[in-house]
Amino acid sequence: MSLRSPLGRVLGLGSAKSGTSHWWGQRVSAVALVPLTLWFVFSLLLLPNLDFETLRAWLQYPITGFLTALLFGVLTYHSYLGTRVIVEDYVHAEAPKLIGLLGLRFVHVLAGGAGIFAILRVAFGT
Amino acid sequence: MTVRARPLSPHLGYYRPRLGSVTSILHRITGAILAVGLLAFAYWLIALASDAAAYATAQSLFASPLGLIVLIGWTFAFFYHLLNGVRHLIWDSGRGFEPGARRLGGWTAIGGSILLSLGFWASLRLLGRL
Repeated sequence: MSLRSPLGRVLGLGSAKSGTSHWWGQRVSAVALVPLTLWFVFSLLLLPNLDFETLRAWLQYPITGFLTALLFGVLTYHSYLGTRVIVEDYVHAEAPKLIGLLGLRFVHVLAGGAGIFAILRVAFGT
Repeated sequence: MTVRARPLSPHLGYYRPRLGSVTSILHRITGAILAVGLLAFAYWLIALASDAAAYATAQSLFASPLGLIVLIGWTFAFFYHLLNGVRHLIWDSGRGFEPGARRLGGWTAIGGSILLSLGFWASLRLLGRL
């Protein structure tokens, strides 16, 4: 038997004011990915070939390196948000869910960081 | 906490596949496939940033029969997820819920992604990139 009022017990348990941030993040990144992915796919198609030298020279144009880094960052973010929902929907037991969600975060930070670092390395030349 | 096996409501196998359910399930499956593709994309960029030998290894992996099948699958997954994603954005704006618009959109996403994938690989072939 608690002496706390019903209102006192539910206060602070509800919305943490961030309920729609995942939804918005997924939509805004989706809108950004429409032009970015189409630009990338059709640029690859228009290159004379996909050789080592050709691609490095192409990525060294400032605008290309910038857009590809942007693409890779937004892509990683969108992928993280999407795969997260899949785990939340199908994995119900606490431990596997926690490991799954942390694993996804780890893999995405790793892939995003490595991908963008690789782009920068090519863009700035070594 | 232990999870007890409780009765479940009818699941996927119970319902007849319909355009709406198939396009929705495909959206999630292609999304998961593309998430794996992100890792391959990262690997390809790392190879490009390393040296010519590492890049040649990556190219030969992607150009192998299995690699090509996987790449074609990723191409379809990409175009499908893109087209169906645009449908979701239209729905988010509160439009396109009429039966006619839903049918047209669903078939456009399926047919369009097959056509765009075929077009993309045919162009690669015709332009002599393969």
